[in-house]
This record gives sequence, structure tokens and C-alpha cells, in this order.
Amino acid sequence: MEGVLNKGKNLTIKFSSIWSVWKRIIVPCIIVLIWQGICLSGMVKAVLLPSPVQVVKAVGVMVNSGEIVTHLLVSIIRVLEGFALAGVLGIGLGLGLGIFPLLFELMDGTIQLLRPIPPIAWLPMAILWFGIEEGSKVFIITLGAFFPIFINVLDGIRQTDQKYVELSKVLGVSKGKFVRKVVIPGALPFILSGLRIGLGYAWMCVVAAELSAGMKGIGFMLTDARSLAQTDKVFVGMLAIGLVGKMMDSILRATEARIIKWRRAFTGV
Amino acid sequence: MINKELLFVSHLTKNFISQSRSTTVLEDVSMHVNQQEFVAIVGASGCGKSTLLRIIGGLDTEYQGSVTLAGKRIAGPGLERGIVFQEHRLLPWMTVQENMEFALQSGSKADNDQLIDEHLELVGLKSFRNAYPGQLSGGMAQRVAIARALINRPEILLLDEPFGALDALTRLKMQQEILAIWEKEKATMIMVTHDIEEAVFLGDRVIVMSDRPGTIKKEVVIDLPRPRNRSDVVFNKLREEIYQEFHKE
Repeated sequence: MEGVLNKGKNLTIKFSSIWSVWKRIIVPCIIVLIWQGICLSGMVKAVLLPSPVQVVKAVGVMVNSGEIVTHLLVSIIRVLEGFALAGVLGIGLGLGLGIFPLLFELMDGTIQLLRPIPPIAWLPMAILWFGIEEGSKVFIITLGAFFPIFINVLDGIRQTDQKYVELSKVLGVSKGKFVRKVVIPGALPFILSGLRIGLGYAWMCVVAAELSAGMKGIGFMLTDARSLAQTDKVFVGMLAIGLVGKMMDSILRATEARIIKWRRAFTGV
Repeated sequence: MINKELLFVSHLTKNFISQSRSTTVLEDVSMHVNQQEFVAIVGASGCGKSTLLRIIGGLDTEYQGSVTLAGKRIAGPGLERGIVFQEHRLLPWMTVQENMEFALQSGSKADNDQLIDEHLELVGLKSFRNAYPGQLSGGMAQRVAIARALINRPEILLLDEPFGALDALTRLKMQQEILAIWEKEKATMIMVTHDIEEAVFLGDRVIVMSDRPGTIKKEVVIDLPRPRNRSDVVFNKLREEIYQEFHKE
């Protein structure tokens, strides 16, 4: 009797663990199936929509030739450089403007005026200033990642709870200690969100900049493949962009979870 | 030392000015608190009792009249006055230990650790020093807040409806605990509350406030031995007497 019961329990456990994997991949699987179906039906030309099978074959070819890895590496390095710069500037200026009102009054107007300009609109000038390859790309990425980081850091400081301000007054806490122990830790979730959004922007900016100019990087690979009508390669490039972007975000998310141990995330009702 | 007056509030008036309107929150409030006394202030919500406590705490410095502690006019917050707020106000990113350290100005690590130990012991939470506030129950968090308010050895502890957010049973337990702390530390305490029974159970004196504007209506001396019995006849007579005050107008 006991054995039977246990067996049933084991089965449920097995099923639930299979389901937990499936529910994450079932939607992509259906999309791929529909995609393949459309291609097999002959409704669209293969050059306009290469089938998943073709794309997978192209992945094999491009990995073997090293083409994809070379271009991806170029783009990833550009993103890391630009993101690092944006991180330093965004956190630095965000903290500075958040903590010192005078600095805020001096700088905020200028920053808000520059913000609506899409980073890619700087490209023509950036190419003239910093050259067509690395310099201009890193500049565009830095610009693209800077604003979300900066604004989140500033917002994070702004939302410092008035209750903790009062508490610190009552306890006679010095300004420096207040900033270190209350303002910055309180703003940390915002800072990390800003970094995550910034990294996403950085990755989008590198592709946009490479699509427009230059002879290297994953964005260049896309335009190059398109001009040769190798649309399967274009798809491989797009998939690679998605995958790398997702990986970068996952790394930051994991870091966030490690840094902010005290907060339990809301995962929905 | 006993019966020496520590805190003096005389002819205190406080107006809140918002845009064009001026509201009188406190009007001509005069009271005193003796050393080692437990004074409870009761009143309906919005009667200005919390404002009175904030003024004594130095968080609100614009008022007419005078408020003095040991002869010195109160012009801002100070470590000689500890405050426990209605919410625990523990910093969520610090452990209990770190929250206690946050309240300490300087001093060696060993001295601080000993102080923290003593005060956590006082509220019975020594084994929770490494917990984050999010892992504590409401009552436990408020006990840490009390320990934190006491760590700088204030001359007077101000409690602003400290148990208002707790469930009824936890509340009764916390009342016993604050009383035990008061007796052990020989502390001076002012507690603002809207719970008449709580006021009668804890206070040496109960100050009854009216609302809009807040004035002192009555002062009731609770001359009952502690621990007090809530079903005692005199206890209930006093409770009834204060209760009637709110139905007069």
C-alpha cells in the first residue's frame, strides 16, 4: 500500500519537474513549428523567409568558418568598453547630482537637453571625431547606456525614504554615514536596474552603429549578408544578437540577486 | 532623584500653515514629566498628540511656547531623547546587529558589541542578531527598534503609538515587555497611544487630549501597584473615567 502511494507521489514529482521545463520552451517550439510549416507550404520565397532548417545549417557553416564568433567578439568587446564607461559616468554623475543639490542645478538642464537625442544621431559626428571603427562605436554605446543608468541612479537617490531621513536625524548620524549606509544601499536596486537597462541599450546601440557604418561586428555581418542575399545568415546574426543580449542580462540578474540578499522579488499573483 | 522634573512643556502652541490656511494643531499645552516617570498621552487620531511627541523629539522645531529638557530648550533632535516610531524603521538592508551599530556614534568594536549584546538581551532577541528585518515578525522588529532607541542611553524615551500596528495578543505581550524594560532601566518614558486600556495599564499618569485644536483636557493619576490587573475594579473605574472624557462634548 505504502509502495503504491509513493509511486504515485514520485510520478507527480516527475511530471511537475518536466512541466516546469516545458512551460518555458513550449512557446518558442510552437513558433519554430509554425515557421517551418509556412516555409514548407511554399507561400513565401526562401530568400524572404529562410526555413528553420536552413538557419540551423547556416549556423553550422558559420561556426565552422569562425565568421560568427569573430564578429560577435568584436561587438561584445565594444559593448563591454562602452558599458564600463557608461557605468562609471552614470553612477558617478547620478550619485553626484543626487547628493549635491548645487551640482544638480548646474548640470541637470544640460543632461535633460541631450537625453532626447537618439544615440545613433551622434554617429555622423562621432565618425568624424573618433574614427569609423572602435572610437565612434564605443562613443555611441557609452551615450546609449549612460542615460538609463544615470536616471535610475538619480531616481534611486531621490526615493530615499523620509522616514529614514528622520531616523538618521534622531540618531545623530553624520552626513557621510547617512549617504553610505542609507542613501546608497537604498538606491542599489535602482542602480542595478539602471545597469541592466543600460546594458540592453548598449547592445542595441552597437548593432545599430555597426549596421550604419564600419566593416566589423555583428551588425556589419547582418548588412553584409543582406547585400549578398544570404538571408539565412541574417537570421543567424539576429538569433546570435538575441542570445548574447539574454546572456548578458542573465549575468547581471544573477549579480543583482547576490548583491541584494535582503529583498525578495515579487513574482506575480 | 525621583519626582525631579525632567521635561517641561509650557504654553505650547503649534500651527500648521499650508498655502493660505493655518490650522492650529496644539493650543496652549502645558505639561511636565518627572524623572523615571511613565506618562501616557491618549487622544483620538489627529488630535496632535504625535505632533507633541515630535516637538519633544526635536523633529519639529517651529512652535510657540517653550519645551525644555533638563532646563535646556529643545531646538533639534538629540541623543538624550530616544524615539520609537509606530513603524519599526529598521533599515531593511542591514541585519539586526548592523541596525544597532547604525545607532552608535563611535567607540571601539568591542564596546559596541557589548552594548548591542546587552540591549538585544533586554528585548530577548540576542539570537536574531544576524537576521534581516524582513525575516522578523512585526513584534520582534518593534522590539529591535526599542533596543535601538535605548542603546545611546537616552534620558527620556518617546514612544509614538509603538504597538499600534501590532495584533492584539502581541500588543499585550509588548506592553508587559516595555514595562519590564522601564522598571529595569529606571527609564523615563512618554507613550502616545489611542488605546485607553494601554494607557491605564502602563502609565503613572494619563494625559487626555482633545482634538482640533489639541489641548490637554484632563490628567489622571493612576495610583495602582504594578503589575496591574486589567479586570481590577479600580482599574476599570479609571478606564471608564477616561473613556467618558471622549463622550463629553
